[in-house]
Amino acid sequence: MSGRLMPITASRARRPAPRIEGAYFYRGKRFEPVSPSLKARDRLGSLRMRLGLGRMRYAVPPGLYARGKPGPASPVFVTANYTMSFDALRSALAGLEAWILVLDTKGVNVWCAAGKGSFGTEELLQRIEATRLPDMVDHRELILPQLGAPGVSAPELARRSGFKAVWGPVRAADIGPWLAAGRRKDEAMRTVRFSLPDRLTVALLELVQAWPATLIALGLGSLLALPASSGWAGRAAAWSGLFLGGVLTGTIATPALLPYLPGKAFAVKGATVGAAWALVYGLTGLHFLGDAGPLARVLAVAGGVLATAPVSAFLAMNFTGASTFTCQPGALLEVEKGFGPMLGSAAAGLAALAAAKFLGA
Amino acid sequence: MRWTYLKNGETLAFDAAACVDCGACVDVCPHGVFAMDGKKAKLLYRASCMECGACAKNCPAEALSVSPGVGCAAAIIMGKLRGTAPDCGPACCGS
Repeated sequence: MSGRLMPITASRARRPAPRIEGAYFYRGKRFEPVSPSLKARDRLGSLRMRLGLGRMRYAVPPGLYARGKPGPASPVFVTANYTMSFDALRSALAGLEAWILVLDTKGVNVWCAAGKGSFGTEELLQRIEATRLPDMVDHRELILPQLGAPGVSAPELARRSGFKAVWGPVRAADIGPWLAAGRRKDEAMRTVRFSLPDRLTVALLELVQAWPATLIALGLGSLLALPASSGWAGRAAAWSGLFLGGVLTGTIATPALLPYLPGKAFAVKGATVGAAWALVYGLTGLHFLGDAGPLARVLAVAGGVLATAPVSAFLAMNFTGASTFTCQPGALLEVEKGFGPMLGSAAAGLAALAAAKFLGA
Repeated sequence: MRWTYLKNGETLAFDAAACVDCGACVDVCPHGVFAMDGKKAKLLYRASCMECGACAKNCPAEALSVSPGVGCAAAIIMGKLRGTAPDCGPACCGS
């Protein structure tokens, strides 16, 4: 049994977690040991999450789980009840006997839940009590994911429960090496990375979530291609391609090129790639403009740049939420300072495109 | 590589005199902002601080303070539209 999706009702998920055969009785409680292997279904579930399909329905019921046949001295690993978090942990614990304490984070991953406080000291204290953890293990130590630290206060946990928090590595996959190294974290284990594959993995969701911008791009492209005479479809495709390119530069190209783009503001980076794209495309891709006069052509290309850059900038700005290093005051600054220029540029671009149309483009 | 962003680390305050040499900030910071310098923690890379609040939450001596928040433009826009604090909404933050 693994990877089935079921709706979370209210705050509690009621889906049986992925388990293997054979019950395990321990101190008056029945456990079905959690499988450490990820099945095709689990991987499909992860892919669905990356594409934003049914994200709110991907949770494990909170509680205490057994990996293998843990005993009173076995380590206790704490995680969120987002299935991808739980899957990452259980697969990292292959070959180990351990307890897994799953907190109720409303199906949200460890880091985001810690930021919201649902992966927090209060929930942890309640879950320790609800699972009778002090009766299940003889030690008083919890291994927490490092990214849970914005929500859990180790000093407060110790004061109120007697449990000592040990901060494990950022990534569950490093748990094996971390244990082997005598629970010592090197810099890589305690640092959040944001490599090209990491960025592209989360950028995919940005593209899916940009569907309104995609629709607008297609609509605007169809309008600019009017009249609906012969060749409309070709012109509509060409115009739409210009704006769709802006959606792609904002959601995919900017994340991919993030460290190499100018400025610190994501909107500036997105505007740069979007404008570059629109300029190159405007000069090379809009063949039918050859029939119009030079002024119409200049207006069409300039309008394309002015209209496409803010689309790319806005979508790139939204990537701050998927990034691993942005702070709130900076994002606020971007939103407040960026709004006016983006709107102004889009308006000027649309006006220039309308003028170009009027002049026969 | 070291990532930096607009205004990173501006609300982070560190009182070196109050530091008790426990290393918790070094242990929990996901961006290597702190390092142990002999007996005391040292603020090395303020510009890498994303203000997540992990260090302040886990400093037993209250030698650290920071205003934590999500660095997410969409959450800020959502908050402005609704007249609330930045709000991630229900459909986000699953990855």
